[in-house]
Amino acid sequence: MNLIALDSSGQTATVALVSGGKLLGEYTINHKKTHSQTLMPMLDALCTAAEFDPAAVDAIAVSAGPGSFTGLRIGAAAAKGMAQALDKPVIAVSTLKALAWQFYGSEELVCPMMDARRAQVYSGIYRFQREAEGARLTVVAEGAALPAEEQLARLNAMQEPVIFLGDGVEVHRTLIETRMQRPFILAPLHRRYQSAACVAACAAAMLAAGEEPMPAALFAPEYLRPSQAERERAERGETAG
Amino acid sequence: MSEQTVRILAIESSCDETAAAVVENGRRVLSNIISSQIDIHTLYGGVVPEIASRKHTERICQVVDEALKKAGMTLAEVDAVAVTCGPGLVGALLVGVSHAKGLAFAAGKPLIGVHHIEGHISANYIGHPELKPPFPCLVVSGGHTHLVRVRDYGSYEVLGRTRDDAAGEAFDKVARAIGLGYPGGPKIDAISDEGDPAAIGFPRAKVGDSLYDFSFSGLKSAVLNYLNSCRMSGTEINRADVAASFQKAVVDVLVEHAMTALEEGGEKTFALAGGVASNRHLRAAFEEACAARGIAFYRPEPVYCTDNAAMIGAAAYYEYIKGVRHGLDLNAVPNLKLGERV
Repeated sequence: MNLIALDSSGQTATVALVSGGKLLGEYTINHKKTHSQTLMPMLDALCTAAEFDPAAVDAIAVSAGPGSFTGLRIGAAAAKGMAQALDKPVIAVSTLKALAWQFYGSEELVCPMMDARRAQVYSGIYRFQREAEGARLTVVAEGAALPAEEQLARLNAMQEPVIFLGDGVEVHRTLIETRMQRPFILAPLHRRYQSAACVAACAAAMLAAGEEPMPAALFAPEYLRPSQAERERAERGETAG
Repeated sequence: MSEQTVRILAIESSCDETAAAVVENGRRVLSNIISSQIDIHTLYGGVVPEIASRKHTERICQVVDEALKKAGMTLAEVDAVAVTCGPGLVGALLVGVSHAKGLAFAAGKPLIGVHHIEGHISANYIGHPELKPPFPCLVVSGGHTHLVRVRDYGSYEVLGRTRDDAAGEAFDKVARAIGLGYPGGPKIDAISDEGDPAAIGFPRAKVGDSLYDFSFSGLKSAVLNYLNSCRMSGTEINRADVAASFQKAVVDVLVEHAMTALEEGGEKTFALAGGVASNRHLRAAFEEACAARGIAFYRPEPVYCTDNAAMIGAAAYYEYIKGVRHGLDLNAVPNLKLGERV
């Protein structure tokens, strides 16, 4: 299987190529520059370096959210454009699940936390279920936008050790360190943020488990939050058409 | 200029229309697809940027697909992919720009970023094979009021611009104040038929230090003050008269500035562009003023006045033949100035 994978949901811009089931390469940058300027040139450079012809892909795997609204759309629109041009489908991978894949096979619960501003995080709780061959990602708590404290309270109730990762960890580090009553570790530098290789691996696992990729036209990010205007309108008790 | 046929797939998503078109040699529209979001934004009384960006993302594939199908072409057969890269709502622009880059990269096509206002001006080339620069052009829309001298293809001198509200914005605000709702332009245009444009003497604002700049916020305030004083004194408000008198005040200033530019430049051609260019009263006033001076008057068909991608394809053609190509680092520039290159 051949895949292009991308993730621009947070500050990290990351692209990866899979060819014949092998990770050909990954190009990841954790630097403040607009993804609009960096993401496609990174992919272009990676394709050139790895001698990869985009026309050979079977699907485009893209981080589908949650995350920065604009960041998600930069990745989504680029993925849709490529998929449309190549007449290939899109594999929409949850940003949080792809993050959890950084700790594939771990015994602990995996809790990705992305800074969602407004005193919230985008976070889910995942477990890798050991199977005859490898492990399978299972959802312990669905991804949602919620206060970090609420997620920590849930984890404390679960009586299991936890691995935290994501850009929400720095923001809420003190909170985690003071509130967590179970053993936990914070992800090391090299496994802390989004990785397109994880998006690709998660996408491949989804396909292997029988999930269907979707036509590019039907793909849209999962924001997990309505726009502010819709929220305010709902608070006023009106419904949007 | 070569005899070669150039077909450009163009994308526009700078505000609340998701649009794609295929245009041949800058003048012949093979397809022009517009997916409007107006129904949803009407619920909020104006364009909500985040909702616009989300809707663009949902619709863009279908719109591009339809544009290619209607033109009877595949992406492989187009010569380039063009996209509006500014000015506009940054989140909305980014959807079109990112999608266009995905298309261009995967299909191995040249990419051309286009200025939205240059698109509006270039809408005049569509269906008018004889129109050539130089000519002055007035661009009036919900977001822009620019009086521009088009020196050559892709070469512009901004003579004047609004210092505050865009003309279309003033239409929206006045329409709201007299209870006509959003979008204001077409509603004021329609109700004005029943009103007396001389009923109320609203001011024609001059910008002291500039011959060509515009200011519409004073006019808007004058309308609001008038409405307020009517309410205070219990005088009945004739909405048609208010609309007609307000519209006349806007039109008078626009025509006067444009005619001054023609006198100064000596061109025998004038063009109107932008969403407000489909306002019937504005068109009639320009037709009359140009006819009286022996000036050839151009304006795009209404479908090319409001935001559309055909106009982007028209502007992109002249960039294409000049050899302009953008890299995959093309960004959306929300405040891109006219004539400025990305």
